[in-house]
Amino acid sequence: MPKLLDKIRESQLFKSIFRHPAPTDRRNRIAVVLTNFFLHVHPVSIKKHVLKPGFTWYMGGITLVLFMIEIVTGVLLMFYYRPTVDAAYGDMLAMRDVMPLGALREMHRWAAHAAVICVMLHMYRVFLTGSYKPPREFNWCVGVMLLVLMLLLSFTGYLLPWDQLALWAVTVGSNMARATPLVGAEGPGSQLLTVGGIDMITSSSDARYVLLGEQVVGGNALLRFYVLHCVALPLAAGLLVMIHLWRIRKDGGVSGPK
Amino acid sequence: MVCFAATLFLWLVGTLRFLFPNVTNRRSGRFLAGPLTEFPPGAVDDRYQKEHRVWIIHGEYNGQPQLYALRSVCTHLGCTPIWMPGDEQFKCPCHGSGFHKDGVNFEGPAPRPLERVAIRLTADQQLEIDTDKIFHRERGEWDNPESFVVPS
Repeated sequence: MPKLLDKIRESQLFKSIFRHPAPTDRRNRIAVVLTNFFLHVHPVSIKKHVLKPGFTWYMGGITLVLFMIEIVTGVLLMFYYRPTVDAAYGDMLAMRDVMPLGALREMHRWAAHAAVICVMLHMYRVFLTGSYKPPREFNWCVGVMLLVLMLLLSFTGYLLPWDQLALWAVTVGSNMARATPLVGAEGPGSQLLTVGGIDMITSSSDARYVLLGEQVVGGNALLRFYVLHCVALPLAAGLLVMIHLWRIRKDGGVSGPK
Repeated sequence: MVCFAATLFLWLVGTLRFLFPNVTNRRSGRFLAGPLTEFPPGAVDDRYQKEHRVWIIHGEYNGQPQLYALRSVCTHLGCTPIWMPGDEQFKCPCHGSGFHKDGVNFEGPAPRPLERVAIRLTADQQLEIDTDKIFHRERGEWDNPESFVVPS
């Protein structure tokens, strides 16, 4: 058996994929971690206090794992859901019976709720440990942007079952958008954006209209929210997560007591 | 640098314009509601509430009897108010806005009265309603004769 493993390890195929074999000492361990695309997101060594559950509660890591669960379950759900007014509700109900793992929809929803809770706990923990202080102020701002994206992901995902709860929640939420200053038709300052006597911001050309794609919450809104929920917002969140983790590394790892 | 900024700006403007569709699929809001005789004085008719989101009311406004159609959309955040015949008022179940029979708001978070839609009498004494034309009381538009029918 060991001979076979040796043969594999010395083959050209293995060497082209794995530049360094499994580590046997510290130097090799560093080499393996640093030259691996997936592993090099970790630093070579970390401070001991970082691993204490009472310090970080592991909330950042748990949130990231939940986000990845959402992506995996979300993509799988996309095989069984059509974002049209006629099919959305029926497909959602049918998921329980048609999908081999009928609880996948529930898993997606529970992970979403858990992610929002964990994000709040993570934010609370960062505040309590003072990990927003210089030089980490910018990372806190990136974190706030991630919080907003999480809430938007929850909001857009909420419409997709296309049931009564979804429709009215989005009606109320999008009606709030029309009260936005300047770009909302019923908000203060909407008259300021008038070009040559023509009102630029009306109920068919304000922020609410862009969100819904028409005047009411209908097929256009469902499709837009679907694209936002499945493509645009996850891409933006993924990008910000990468920046967020990059900044942690560059600021010297998870903060600790001086 | 200038070229880059200009290109970026054009791209942003183009994307924003892209988000406004050229055409939307929406039915015309015009429909025939029935002969005048089917709406007796005092009635708050909800037969078209499900399909067209309007009540047809034979009530009183500015001291004169009027037939008008109110949109059943709460002016707070868009829920559907409920007509309560016992209390003679519209109450919104979402956040508790209250409107009188003529549509004027009197309690709750609603900032303005319910909206009227265009209503007219056809040549053969039928009521025709057009939900695409909306009249706001707070803009003085309820004085527009297109927003009510005077029963003879």
